[in-house]
Amino acid sequence: MKINEVPQDKGYLIKGKISDLNYAVDQNGVYTSTQSQGWQPKNEALTMAWDVVYERAEHARQQIMAGVLSPVAFYMELNIMDVNILASYTGISKWKVRRHLKMKVFRKLRPEILEKYAGVFNLSPDELTDINIIIETELKHEN
Amino acid sequence: MKIDFQHYQSAHCENGVTSNLLKFYGINLSEPMIFGIGSGYFFSHMPFIKLNGMAVTSFRVWPGWIFKRVTHRLGIKVRRYKFRNHALAMKELDGLIEKGIPVGLLVGVFHLPYFPTEYRFHFNAHNIAAIGQENGTYWVSDPVMENIETLSYDELVKVRFAKGTHPPKGRMYYITNVPVQIDIKSAILSGIRKTAKDMLTIPIPMFGIKGIRYLAKRMRTWPRKYGAKLATHNLGQVIRMLEEIGTGGAGFRFIYAAFLQESAGVLDKQWLKDVSAEMTAVGDLWRQFAVHAARYFKNRDKGLTSYDSLADMLLNIADREEHIFLQLRRISR
Repeated sequence: MKINEVPQDKGYLIKGKISDLNYAVDQNGVYTSTQSQGWQPKNEALTMAWDVVYERAEHARQQIMAGVLSPVAFYMELNIMDVNILASYTGISKWKVRRHLKMKVFRKLRPEILEKYAGVFNLSPDELTDINIIIETELKHEN
Repeated sequence: MKIDFQHYQSAHCENGVTSNLLKFYGINLSEPMIFGIGSGYFFSHMPFIKLNGMAVTSFRVWPGWIFKRVTHRLGIKVRRYKFRNHALAMKELDGLIEKGIPVGLLVGVFHLPYFPTEYRFHFNAHNIAAIGQENGTYWVSDPVMENIETLSYDELVKVRFAKGTHPPKGRMYYITNVPVQIDIKSAILSGIRKTAKDMLTIPIPMFGIKGIRYLAKRMRTWPRKYGAKLATHNLGQVIRMLEEIGTGGAGFRFIYAAFLQESAGVLDKQWLKDVSAEMTAVGDLWRQFAVHAARYFKNRDKGLTSYDSLADMLLNIADREEHIFLQLRRISR
């Protein structure tokens, strides 16, 4: 890559705060480094990864409104977690977490358990149980 | 207390932390030098290790190895810890900072508040250096950031004890002793030899040049095996691994080319410059691969199924990398 080919395709990086340092050759073939603001293929890969997350979250949301899945399932998807990761963050065993994904079980959960989940998702227990927040969550990219 | 620590941005986090820590102790080595001496260059495609439910493709060695190899090859003494107890992990860190010692930390990126939201995946092999603490606020030098950032006590605990694939378990490391004189030449030679050996001779199909061919082979079966949509997701994962912050795959090839170029001067071996140019060309091929792959993302639902052309690109890259390392393997004093 030549120094004038270093891509500057604005994506998710923040100017003046975070950038990619790229190594490239100058006219004489000597290596130097310069900052890049992003690169199109990379931005698209990232966009696609988030689209997948949002798609799964949307699916969970439909199931919640149908009364099948619990808010835990929605926030688990939104935080790109799976049962494994969620279990290790909360310290609740995997089979219990799997049960808690169901609305029927979730409704009867003790406050301590709710608090554990809320803590992992950076929510208050009240926010976790509030279905309206889930309905209103916008599932799309900021930029 | 805040340690007087110079923060330099780098392309890759572990190179950056290692380079910055060494500079703190008066050893001035560039990021490419660290990467080369530490034998950071690698390739592996491991279907049995999953990230986001998909195979992990990696363009460098395991986290921690670069630091380990660089310090070992330069005769620098280090200490490393891992913890179970959160409070103890933080107490030990505070103690070191109080003594004026900058500490390298292995962290997960998911809870790093200063990262753009879109970059926060459950990726647990990020490196930062803690360089100060006051009333529960920590100053950290994160090599992919342009400036020094701060974290609260709770935030730091969260990232040090992130969960998921390869949890960091509070790992930290620091330099205890630096020799008066370092033998840079023999360090470079060991670094190159190790990389060439690992790229060429590991008898398992997932690693080195064989790994690239293995990925090519598997890629051809994706559309049939996973269907059009999931196949694209797998491809996306490879590209993200190739170009993610702090892991950049094509980037690694350019960093290594820069290392070879610099080494040509240090070792007085002009032929390394030619190899460096070859490596630059390989980096460009990886970039081309990413550009082609990205075209599939746009049409992801239309069921474009020709993964064969992408696999062919990979085979070409594998041949070229093999040629490079066959030359490098024969390097001598």
